[in-house]
Amino acid sequence: MAQDKDTIHHKIEKNVVLMFILVLITVSIGGMVQILPLFTIESTIEKVDGMRPYSPLELAGWNIYVREGCYLCHSQQIRPFRDEVERYGHYSLAAESMYDHPFQWGSKRTGPDLARVGGKYSNEWHTAHLVNPRAVVPESVMPTYQWMKSRPLKFDDVQDHMKTLNFISGKKPIYTPEMIANAKADLAMQINPEGDASGLLKRYPKAVVANFTGEQGVTEMDALIAYLQMLGTLVNFTDVKPEQLRQ
Amino acid sequence: MAKQEKDPVSGVETTGHEWDGIKELNNPVPRWWLYIFYVCCAWSLVYWVLYPAWPMGTWHTAGILGWTQRVEVEQKIADAKKAQSGFTDRIASSSLDDIRKAPDLLNFALAGGKAAFGVNCVPCHGAGGQGNPGFPNLADDKWLWGGTLADIYTTIKHGIRATDDAETRPGVAMPAWATDSAPAKLTAAQISDVADYVLSLSTKTADAAGATRGAPIFAENCAACHGDKAQGNQDMGAPALSDGIWLYGGDKKTLVETISKGRAGVMPSWTKRLDDPTIKQLAVYVHELGGGK
Repeated sequence: MAQDKDTIHHKIEKNVVLMFILVLITVSIGGMVQILPLFTIESTIEKVDGMRPYSPLELAGWNIYVREGCYLCHSQQIRPFRDEVERYGHYSLAAESMYDHPFQWGSKRTGPDLARVGGKYSNEWHTAHLVNPRAVVPESVMPTYQWMKSRPLKFDDVQDHMKTLNFISGKKPIYTPEMIANAKADLAMQINPEGDASGLLKRYPKAVVANFTGEQGVTEMDALIAYLQMLGTLVNFTDVKPEQLRQ
Repeated sequence: MAKQEKDPVSGVETTGHEWDGIKELNNPVPRWWLYIFYVCCAWSLVYWVLYPAWPMGTWHTAGILGWTQRVEVEQKIADAKKAQSGFTDRIASSSLDDIRKAPDLLNFALAGGKAAFGVNCVPCHGAGGQGNPGFPNLADDKWLWGGTLADIYTTIKHGIRATDDAETRPGVAMPAWATDSAPAKLTAAQISDVADYVLSLSTKTADAAGATRGAPIFAENCAACHGDKAQGNQDMGAPALSDGIWLYGGDKKTLVETISKGRAGVMPSWTKRLDDPTIKQLAVYVHELGGGK
């Protein structure tokens, strides 16, 4: 086998620096093929109507969702399989996560997927369920969150959260200056069903306006339920043709 | 570089590496392995042509088969719908009563209704439809909004006090008698008395004196919705209070809370989430749970 000595294979295998460089190039090609298209291919985020930034109260609820680690047991990603679509509804679109930084797809379903939970249950159910999941679902292993029901929501920094999202979202800001200026009023308006919510609904169409928990003032549970009741409701799938989503 | 050395037994050159006296022979990779490797390379070329593969900047090679997972799931759902259409088409065109009378349709509706109930209704109404505090029992023969097939169908389709459905059953929301000024405001003592009166209609453990004082308060304030004899009113969703069946709980503490704060249960409208044959199957299934009228 002495004649193999001068083959490329031999040279690479016996020169650690050359081998390292070539491995790096090979692995980078794999990485680039998988990652770069997400930034350049225009069909990655579907062009569908209805997606809007989260209202200030929903955003506060999103922050609580992340804080409590809900994504550890609940996914927000209905995969394009028949069984999932028949159970949870239309498969999730990339567009539906476009305002999540970071996305809340999750990777594990100890509890059910939440991508289309909005409107599926009443506010009363969500309150009863968050206070004690066993009160309505006896076999549930979800922790209780009863303290959230009366804990006042800290929202004096909601505008900073919105500005931060604008900062990290890349080229196009998520929130307009008008949205940021009205943030605190919009937040309070969303739990006041008696008030005039037209401004809120103009800025954030389909936002659910209700006193979610029935408690006085804005509580953390109000924010979380407002977020949950919005999930999966923004895109109107009756107007979406399947061809639009094929990619 | 390690020095070149031939293994005296096989005559094969060693790699020059030695571990505890054991030397590695520099044999070529096995032929079978090599051929599988070549087959894999060839397969990847075929795959690139047939399936989505290479990103090209702002677009990607779609492959000549035009396959995407989204098209596949569309097709699978369409196939499943077609396979079931023998039943679902007939369910769509039949009245609820006719579905119930045709044994094969009834079987299909019960099976389909059970599946849809498990996914959508169980979190509130319980696995057997037995209900939860605030969420009615569907397996008994008492109904808040009516227990005929048509009533159940309407309730499922449009919900109860569902804010996103114009055809929902609005009913009458029970006022918070402790705080609302209209129609009337009751004092804590009055609320306690009327709670005793309501309790006395179904149990004998109520405070008799309080119940006597509560009777006229009930007649004046509560009977308009709940009825003179507290028999309830399904048009308003006002429950009967005399049958010992309680939606929120039948102890005095819960009753006082109910009267003080009011109640207005909400059921979502399912018309956007479920198609009409599924709602019909659900109506038949719920009707068969035990209490259908």
